[in-house]
Amino acid sequence: MEAAVAVTSSRAALLVLAILAAGTAGGGVLPEDRADAMYHSYDGGGVEVTGPSYLVRKGDDKNFSASVNYYVDSISSASIDVVTQGSPYNEERTQWSGSIDYLHADTTISASYANSDESDYKSDTYSLSISQSMFGDLTTLTIGYSRGRDNIYSNFDPSFRQDADHHNYHVSLTQVLTKDLLLSINYDAITDDGYLQSPYRNVLVLNDPNDPSAGTNFNTPETYPDTRTSNAVSANFLYYLPYRATVGASYRYYDDDWDISAHTASLQYTHPFGERWIADLGFRYYRQNEADFYANVFQRPDQQNFMARDKELSKFTDYTLGFGLSYEVLHKGWGYLDRATLNLRYSHIWFDYDNFSDARRSLDNGYSFDADILQLFASVWY
Amino acid sequence: MTVNRTITAIALGALLVSGCKTVEPWVKPYERAHLADPIMSFSRDPVSDAHTSHVYQVREGARGAEGGHGGGCGCN
Repeated sequence: MEAAVAVTSSRAALLVLAILAAGTAGGGVLPEDRADAMYHSYDGGGVEVTGPSYLVRKGDDKNFSASVNYYVDSISSASIDVVTQGSPYNEERTQWSGSIDYLHADTTISASYANSDESDYKSDTYSLSISQSMFGDLTTLTIGYSRGRDNIYSNFDPSFRQDADHHNYHVSLTQVLTKDLLLSINYDAITDDGYLQSPYRNVLVLNDPNDPSAGTNFNTPETYPDTRTSNAVSANFLYYLPYRATVGASYRYYDDDWDISAHTASLQYTHPFGERWIADLGFRYYRQNEADFYANVFQRPDQQNFMARDKELSKFTDYTLGFGLSYEVLHKGWGYLDRATLNLRYSHIWFDYDNFSDARRSLDNGYSFDADILQLFASVWY
Repeated sequence: MTVNRTITAIALGALLVSGCKTVEPWVKPYERAHLADPIMSFSRDPVSDAHTSHVYQVREGARGAEGGHGGGCGCN
């Protein structure tokens, strides 16, 4: 049930990640040559997602750098939507992406492509960005555009086939404010056009609008608008403390024409120990209000044109507390390798919903759950 | 009034143009040791950041403008 919803959201994720990948290089410097191998795990709310991610990047030490990433999500889901409307399932999503960066003087041009594939959702994303370094490399301006095309299928209906298109326009400015302070301002406008809902999920409707005690049913499919336009802007500060450590602070405001607005704020502290260890500590806060066509319970099956009961469109808050530890294995290099690190990152997220409830219990109580996120990865530079 | 505005606009324009000519990096190359430190980066590990962003994007309504870009001193 939640598969299509998850992938619909992950499509947007892919679009944003593609443009980020294409814009990773700074204006005047190509990214470092490195390779990463990661095991990732998410466990919470009845959903387990695990898999590997491999990234290899290599340049010619002059003008070109290229990267390839292979990523897998192996999903085992018995989420709240699945247990109330369907039955648990397993599936796998694989994603290939590649990027090429070309540096000329203070300008970097980046192009990337990503393909995501699973049984009921396939997507291709193309991205292009240009970064210009200015004012003695103190300012980097990046503009980017990304285009995504999706094909949506149903695991229960072989004849079902829908499409969706996505456009992402990106601008970012990274500014060295002082010798100890960096600022990055980012703006993304994203437009979606096509089938934006889940082919599986239904809304919850009262059996009798005049008698709430008569119970509810899940017999009415969700109906979403077929367009969506969003704006997001963020400011990110990074400050080097008087001793060798950094503090990062970020704020993002989000707004879209489904009437969702959201605030995201985060703090990060990074502290090296000796020459080999780096510790990270982070906190993140997220708050959004609901889409104007969302309801926990609808009075009637034909109550309005658009109806949704996706908890990601409800009013909710989540908090994350995370830490990371990085150990430099090859501090002084070895043969072809310049250095290598082993890394562990763990985060715990608490989700707390204001107007989404477990339909098997009281509809007056908000649903909540928490999740563990683990990343184990090794990185080498060469 | 209009003349005053025009003169002000020209003066401001001249100031901007002359300013462009004389922009000097206010953080000198020899002052960029902290900026060049690997911990002074908005995205130290791309595979980790991509996964973290993905975890949030599939579970939250908001999307885009995530994190910072680049970092470091740009002095290679």
